[in-house]
Order: sequence, then structure tokens, then C-alpha cells
Amino acid sequence: MTKISSEWSRRNFLRGALATGTLVLPGSSVLIGCATSGGGQEQTEGEATEDNPLGVPTDATLEVYIFNGGFGDAYATDVHQPMYKEKYPNAKIDHNAEVDIAGALQSRFVAGNPPDFVNDSGDGQIPLGQLVSDKQLYDLTDMYDAPSWDDPSVKVRDTLVPGAVESGVFGDAPYVMHMALTVYGLWYNKTLFDENGWTAPTTWDEMTALCGEIKKAGIAPWTYQGVHARYMNWPLLTMAAKLGGPEILTAIDNLEPGAWGHEAVRESANALASLKKNGYILQGTEGMDHIQAQGAWSEGKAAFLPCGSWLESEQADVTPENFEIAFMPEPLLSQDSAMPAETLRAQAGEPYIVPAQAKNPRGGLEYMRVMLSQEGARGFTEKVSSLTVVKGAADGIELPPGLTSAQQGLQAAGDDVLTWMYPTWYKDMENPGINSHTGELMAGRISVDEWVAGCEAEAKKVREDDSITKYTR
Amino acid sequence: MSVTDVTPRSDARSTPRRPRPGPALQHGKAGFVLAFLAVPVAVYGLFVLSPYVQAIYISLTDWSGLTASQTFIGFDNYVRLFDDDQFWVALKNNVILMLVVPVVTLALGLFFASMINVGRRGRSGIEGVRGSKVYRIVYFFPLVLSMAVIGVLFKYVFAPTEAGGIFNGLLGLVGLDGLAQPWLGDPRFAFWCVVVVMIWAFVGFYVVLFSAAMQSIPKDIYEAALLDGSSRFTTFRHVTLPLVWDTVQVGWVYMAIQAMDGFALVHIMLGISGGPSRAGDVLGVALYRSAFNSYRFGYASAIGVVLLVLTLIISVLFMRAARRERVEL
Repeated sequence: MTKISSEWSRRNFLRGALATGTLVLPGSSVLIGCATSGGGQEQTEGEATEDNPLGVPTDATLEVYIFNGGFGDAYATDVHQPMYKEKYPNAKIDHNAEVDIAGALQSRFVAGNPPDFVNDSGDGQIPLGQLVSDKQLYDLTDMYDAPSWDDPSVKVRDTLVPGAVESGVFGDAPYVMHMALTVYGLWYNKTLFDENGWTAPTTWDEMTALCGEIKKAGIAPWTYQGVHARYMNWPLLTMAAKLGGPEILTAIDNLEPGAWGHEAVRESANALASLKKNGYILQGTEGMDHIQAQGAWSEGKAAFLPCGSWLESEQADVTPENFEIAFMPEPLLSQDSAMPAETLRAQAGEPYIVPAQAKNPRGGLEYMRVMLSQEGARGFTEKVSSLTVVKGAADGIELPPGLTSAQQGLQAAGDDVLTWMYPTWYKDMENPGINSHTGELMAGRISVDEWVAGCEAEAKKVREDDSITKYTR
Repeated sequence: MSVTDVTPRSDARSTPRRPRPGPALQHGKAGFVLAFLAVPVAVYGLFVLSPYVQAIYISLTDWSGLTASQTFIGFDNYVRLFDDDQFWVALKNNVILMLVVPVVTLALGLFFASMINVGRRGRSGIEGVRGSKVYRIVYFFPLVLSMAVIGVLFKYVFAPTEAGGIFNGLLGLVGLDGLAQPWLGDPRFAFWCVVVVMIWAFVGFYVVLFSAAMQSIPKDIYEAALLDGSSRFTTFRHVTLPLVWDTVQVGWVYMAIQAMDGFALVHIMLGISGGPSRAGDVLGVALYRSAFNSYRFGYASAIGVVLLVLTLIISVLFMRAARRERVEL
């Protein structure tokens, strides 16, 4: 039984150990212990009354996970949680601030005991589309149809800006609540423009002419977030939709064949690619990351930068004294465009979810209703310097200059607001997919035709992959 | 059962030199061995072997990593993997890493170590080159930095000029502005920047390793070589190298395995997509991306299994290739 073969010399043993050691080094060890089967947990629910329309169990604990990133978690602990506690004094809130949401919660989703409310955001975001197709999210319809916090005669969904609810719809129901309203466009230093007598261009011809002037002044007209070239994809699609109408974006979201080859998309791609050909892009931009490129922009090395309205707070530490961040919508490619010059992309972002297997899902819904109240939204805007999807909640709040100009842009746009869904629905179609093709295009390494072919191939990959749940709008 | 089984069969017929152990020791042996091995083997089985088995099973399912259940789909993940162009890009880069990095690193390591230890023929015989004590410390610097720090550091070294790139700045200083590039933004260079950084990061370790081996070589051998008029290269080739060959062999295997990884550097320097045109991808990053960006744990496990098989093959091949008669002192 204890026969030890003479083959088992020390040398062979060491060799075996060495070979086994190689097993440990590659990344496969990250999969340790994931394949556990979950049991689920019991859900509690209270009785729905006029004062408690969602049927919140008034004495149950509410476990909250807030992503502790750019927005911090003070808006939750100082604004929303006190409101919830005030209404349900017997409830207990278990607050958690987390930097890596997936790291903290992935195994809890698998095990069937997720928390009641999650701010699924940041680098460790668990893809929303995947959570929906795995049936891990609670349907938010009841919350949107409930009477609003401030006025019981108005439903929650009617207190929000157009598109806010839709931004969280996957298939037939809303599963994600987006709180922040992000305005996308081009950003520049108003002080610099005023000094030189430059004005924000409204057409592409004006843009090209101004770029020439800016270049003569020794400044690079444009920069973008370099290796994260999808930032450039945003003005590209916005300009295309302004020229050809918002149906272009619907076709792209619905993965229709040929959507990326639309004439307006090509024209827009062509216009942006010409920036590189004319030498209007800060040298070396394609090799920078967003920190380096935005840093160069803040230093005044480049005039225009595409970004969302988080830019101002992101750059707060590196913005010089007399730098007044200002917003402008993307210029029109042609005089006979389908949409007016004021049109811009505004997208509801910063996702909040209630897990389907939560212990206290009704409490999670109620917490959302608190956030979407006038007071809750106002507090959010004050704490994190971001607009919200709640109508009129930011009125009268003193905002920093960049956000003020973005808000003015939004008001000027009225109903001409664009939005697209494919990055939310199919996360890796945009990144790394489209991201790398746009990077190539902007670096001048491929033509517009090759770019279209590349993007079409990415759409086709998703379209023909049966394992991906498809959504349409 | 009997102790004679332990000794080779050819000896079985000859008279045992030692008396057979008493039945007491013989009887308790199994229990004795078991008592010592049970816990470590159980821990090893639970935390090392079982994850491999699980990973292999997961690679045959469509598990997203978010659910309690998964569907068995056979070899679909592997079929998809071999159809995936990006997988072949990553594999090609892994092969480059595996061939280029060990060869260059070990060659540099041997060169530096021999210079530090036996590079100079001074009055007192063979010794290290001038300032070898300083070099010994300097070469060790990269080792005290973690891979994450090294990655971030070199991201700034290779940054474009306008973003304060140090390397481009140095080129400018010596009048080679024309060679300045956005290194990490160009698919022709991005991956090779990682290769350079990897060599830089590892060479110090091998200098230390080989130095230790060289210091155990008796000085009189070198003196004899010196008296015989052997040149430095010949001395290295016929004295130093054969006497440290065992260490080189260990380093060779170890380096090849490290180079198979490359995850941290590529992830930090080139990003999760694998850099411009996705040309700098490696399998480790592809695995991570599938698991934690796309939440396809089944597919990611398939990449992991392929990586495992490749690493095993490489280890065996490298050990075979490096086998050579050992010189006994």
C-alpha cells in the first residue's frame, strides 16, 4: 500500500512540482470558488396603503450599496437615507460604500442573497444587459407608476424628463433607474475664446474656418481621449443624427444591417477624420489616455474636447484660475439638416437597480421614489454637481459655470434631445468593439469605408450571437 | 507492503545490509504518513486542484458568472474561441513574449552578472568591473516596485510629447525629435513597448540569481584560465556558463512562465482592449475581458484552459531543451 516507486526521485518530484506550479500562475485562478449554487432568500413585503403605495415593510432593514466613485456617497447618507428614515422610523438602513461593485456583489448574486438596492456603476460595474438576461433584476414598473413623493396625483414617471424611464427599459419593462442627466457635446475655454474674439461655431464650415484660426494662434484646435476613442464616437453619431434624423440612431440600436453605413454617418465620420488630415488634432493624441488628453486640454494646449457634463468636476483639480469651462452642441454638417443646431445628446446615466432576489425589494423601490422626489433630486445635484432626470429640480440652484452652460444648452434644445442605447444593451460592442475602429479612424490609419465595415462587423457579431439577448426600441 | 519494495528490484536478491525494521514501525507507517499529509493534501485539493476541475467544467457551460445555474454546452466555447480573430492576435503576442523576453532577459542577466562578478582582471585576479557594488544595487531597483507601479510609470515614459512623455523628451534632448512617436498609440510599437518594459522589470532578478551562482565558482578556476591566456569571452563560454548552467535552466523555465502571463503590464499600459487596433492583446487580458467586462465566465474559462495547456507544454519543452550534462565541482 505504501509502495513508493523508485521512480519517485527527488528530481522527478521537483520537476512535477514545478510543472504544477505553472498551473497556478496564469489567470485561471480567479475562477476559484465561483461555481457555488445559491439558495435564494425570503422576500418580505408590507401592505400597500395610500401613504405607502409600494407596500414597504416598515420595519425591515434596507441594505444599500452605493458606488463610491466620482459622486462619492454623501448624497445617499446625507440626503436620501434621512428622508427614508423619517418616513419609516422603524426601518434600519444598512449603508455600504463600495469602490468595486462586481467584486463585492457578484458572488452574492450567484448565491441568491443580493442586497436590496445597488448603484451598479464604475469600473466594477456588472453589465446591466447581462443582469437583465439572467433575470437578476426587479421590475421597476410599480415604482414609476406609483404616485410621486411630492404630489400624489402625479405618477413618478410623469415627473421625469422625456427618455429617462426609457433609458432603463430592457425588452418590455424598466429594470434600471438612471438618476443623473448627462449632457454631451464639445467643451472649450470661454475666457480664451473671448480674448481672441472667437465664437462657438454652429456649422461645420464655421468649425473648419475657426480651426484654421486657432491653429495659427499656436493652439491645437482639437483633442480627444486618445486610446478611449469612443469619446469621439459621440460627436460622430450626434452630428450624423442632426443631419439625417434620429432614426439613424434607432437603426444602430436595433442592429439593423447597414445602419453604420448610412450616408449621414459616413459624412459625419468624414468630417471628423478630416480634422486629423488637416493637422487640427493635438499631436500625439492617439497615444494618450483620457487623463493625459483632458489634462492637455485644461492646460490650454487644445481648444475643443468632446465629453459629457461630468468633465467639469473631473477636471476640477487641474483647471487653471481663468479657465471658464463652456459647453456647445456639435455643429451642423449641412444647412438642410433634419434637426436644429441646438440639438444635443443628453443621456440619463448613473444606474441604480433593485435585485430580483433582494430580501426587501419594495423598500428598494421606495428608496428610488425618495431619490426621484424634488428634495432628493435637488440634494443630489447639490452634492455631486450633476443635473438629474427630475424635471425642474435644479432650478434656482447655483451651479458651476460648465454645468450652467450645459443646462442652458439643454433648455435651448427643448425636445430635440438625442439618445442611444447600444452601449447599455451590448456593453462590449462599443468597447472594445467600436472604440478600436474609431481610434483607427481618428489616428488616420483607416479610411471611412474601412471604419464603416469595421463597425458593421461589430454589429453583425452581436446580431448573430444567439447567446446575447437582443433588445429593440 | 515490505520495505524491499522501496529499493530497486536489482537489489532485491542481494542480502539487505541493514536489518529489516520491526513490525511496529512498519505497521504505523501508513498512519504516520497519512497524518502528516492529509491536511496539506486536503488544502491543496480544495484550493488548487478543485478550481482547475471547476474551471474545466465551467468552460463547457454558458455560465455568465451571475447566476446560480448554468447550461452545459459541450465544446461550443472552444469552437467560438478558435473562430475568434482576437484570440489568435493574443496567442501570437504570447508566443512573442515567450520567445523574445526570456532570451533577451537571460542574455542580459548573464552579461550583467558576469560583468559584476568576474568582468575585470585586476591586480588581485578576477573581480567585478569598477562600480560593481553600485550596479548590484541599481539592477535590483525594478524588483522592489510592483508590476502595477512599473506599468503606470512606463505609461508616462512612453506618453506622447504633448502629454509630457519622458522617452520622447530624451529623444528631443539628443536631437532625435524625428523619432518621437505616440508609442502606446501606434499598433506597430505599443506591444514592443510592453516587451521592453517586461525585460527591464525582470532582468534585475536574474542578475541577482546568476550573481549568486557565479560567486560559488571557485576563483582558482578563473586564475587557471587566466594563466592559460583565455580571453574573457572564452572564459565566459567555457568556464562561467557551464558552471551556472543549472541556474540558467531554472531561470529559463521560470521566465518562460512569467512571460506567458504579461497580464498586469498589458492591462495597465495598453488597457483592457489590448491597445491600439487591439494589436497588443495577450491571453491573460482576453481572459479577464471575457470574464469581467463581458461576463462570459464559460468562455473565459475556455481561454484559461487553453492557457493552462499551453503553459504545461511550454514548461515541458523548455525543460527538455535546457537539459544538458551537469558539471560537478
